[in-house]
Amino acid sequence: MSALIFSLFIFVLACFIGFELISKVPPTLHTPLMSGANAISGITIVGALIISGTDGGLITQILGISAIIFATINVVGGFMVTDRMLEMFKKKEDDK
Amino acid sequence: MSQFLPEQILAYLPDTIQLIYLVATAFFIRGLKLLGSPATARKGNQLAAIGMLIGIVVTLFDRQIISFEWIIAGVLVGCIIGAVLAKKVAMTAMPELVAVFNGFGGGASALVAWGELSKSSDPSLLDTTGLITTGLSIFIGALTLTGSFIAFGKLKGFISGNAITFPGLNVFNIGSMISVLVLIGIFTFDPSNQTIFWVILGLSLLIGITSVIPIGGADMPVVISLLNSYSGIAASMAGFVLSNNLLIVSGALVGAAGLILTQIMCKAMNRSLTNVIFGSFAVTGEGSNSNDGDKTVRETSADDLAIQIAYASKVVIVPGYGLAVAQAQHIIKEVATKLEERGVQVKYGIHPVAGRMPGHMNVLLAEADVPYDLLYDMDQINPEFATTDVVLIIGANDVVNPMAKTSPASPIYGMPILNVDEAKRTVVFKRSLSFGYAGIDNPLFYEEKNQMFFGDAKKSLQALNEALNDI
Repeated sequence: MSALIFSLFIFVLACFIGFELISKVPPTLHTPLMSGANAISGITIVGALIISGTDGGLITQILGISAIIFATINVVGGFMVTDRMLEMFKKKEDDK
Repeated sequence: MSQFLPEQILAYLPDTIQLIYLVATAFFIRGLKLLGSPATARKGNQLAAIGMLIGIVVTLFDRQIISFEWIIAGVLVGCIIGAVLAKKVAMTAMPELVAVFNGFGGGASALVAWGELSKSSDPSLLDTTGLITTGLSIFIGALTLTGSFIAFGKLKGFISGNAITFPGLNVFNIGSMISVLVLIGIFTFDPSNQTIFWVILGLSLLIGITSVIPIGGADMPVVISLLNSYSGIAASMAGFVLSNNLLIVSGALVGAAGLILTQIMCKAMNRSLTNVIFGSFAVTGEGSNSNDGDKTVRETSADDLAIQIAYASKVVIVPGYGLAVAQAQHIIKEVATKLEERGVQVKYGIHPVAGRMPGHMNVLLAEADVPYDLLYDMDQINPEFATTDVVLIIGANDVVNPMAKTSPASPIYGMPILNVDEAKRTVVFKRSLSFGYAGIDNPLFYEEKNQMFFGDAKKSLQALNEALNDI
């Protein structure tokens, strides 16, 4: 039970950090921020790796590889597209 | 990969992995923080990506992982699909793409929980907490998956952007959600019961569809942002299932940050979250579509308009999604440059929800090399309309609809708008007199000071650009 309490502790504290991190974001950055946060939620890939790497039978393997594919699309696509959006703002500042 | 390490290091491995997870978490927190400011946003995104890479690499050393064939195959396929989508998709389709990525993320979390469940030969040996979080992860992950794809379909136009609803849908949705939670409770006492598991999965997938489908297309950005928050929570729940701190913390961060961002977006549209989710935009909009028959519009032509703007002292451009769809952001920039050369002051007025997502229009105009300091937020540009000679409204409709201020019966009543009617003249570039994304008529079109420039935004602007050459 203590392990669960510990996990709950960090879960709640992480939620508070998340709430505090986002404040007064200019509208320009809403889309990139959403996209970037979305890429981070692809962290579930870590879970997918653990599921797929273990020897748990065929069904587990199929679920695992599907999870890896899904999560990788989320991570790779998410970070790349966010960078593509932000690159455009960057270019502007160099011009000035 | 732990099998390649020497024996003496192996003893410290679990703690080392946890410590490196902590480093990855720090990268995520710093990255999210930097993403919130224009000057540092790109660096923030890169930091978060580095954190992700650290997390993935160190996980490969986990002693539970013994085979790599499936992992390599899966990562390779995912990388190719993700990279191609991210590189190839046009900037106009960005919101749809985020929705799709988000759906995959949620789906992955549900699959992880399901995989962990299927791994144990006898589920009844699992502890209650594990089963509850497994159930929650599958529930939230599955509804994020289908919900995101419905949002994608709505933005893409596969599914009608209008609010599709029928009586009792809200009751059905709330009832289904309660049922799933109750079933998860029952499941913890009887985890080997396959039927309960499949009903939970099926209902969760269904809730994703039925809860997004009644929401109008104009509200999709808020929905995607909310679903983004859900996928974070789903990842966090999957973390509880696997007792993995990195998942728990990162998921919680995204869940909380996504919720705040959703609130910021709702505020920009002057609507509450509950209003978005339950009170769908009324398509029929009583009192909004009173076709009196005596409404006339004044048309203008490229030559006529060229003269008007060439001799104006101040022109404000209000771009909307129509401009983006017509790929007209480059040509509007050319027109603006010509005007500036003639000494006309040109500004861009950007509504917070212009485009399909907050900030979407800024990205599109940045792509066309429009100087950043010419873009004005709603609050900055609104006081300027009174001194503006001509407002060019290109492919925007709902964000300039005066009914949001004047008609309490209108479904968009209360949404802050750009006060273009204060300018001396407004010109609306539009294909036809059809309704905007919210599905309602716009009295601005029939105002005396307003002129309509019918046609494809790009072709109209090209004609205008040429006409300017001749003056």
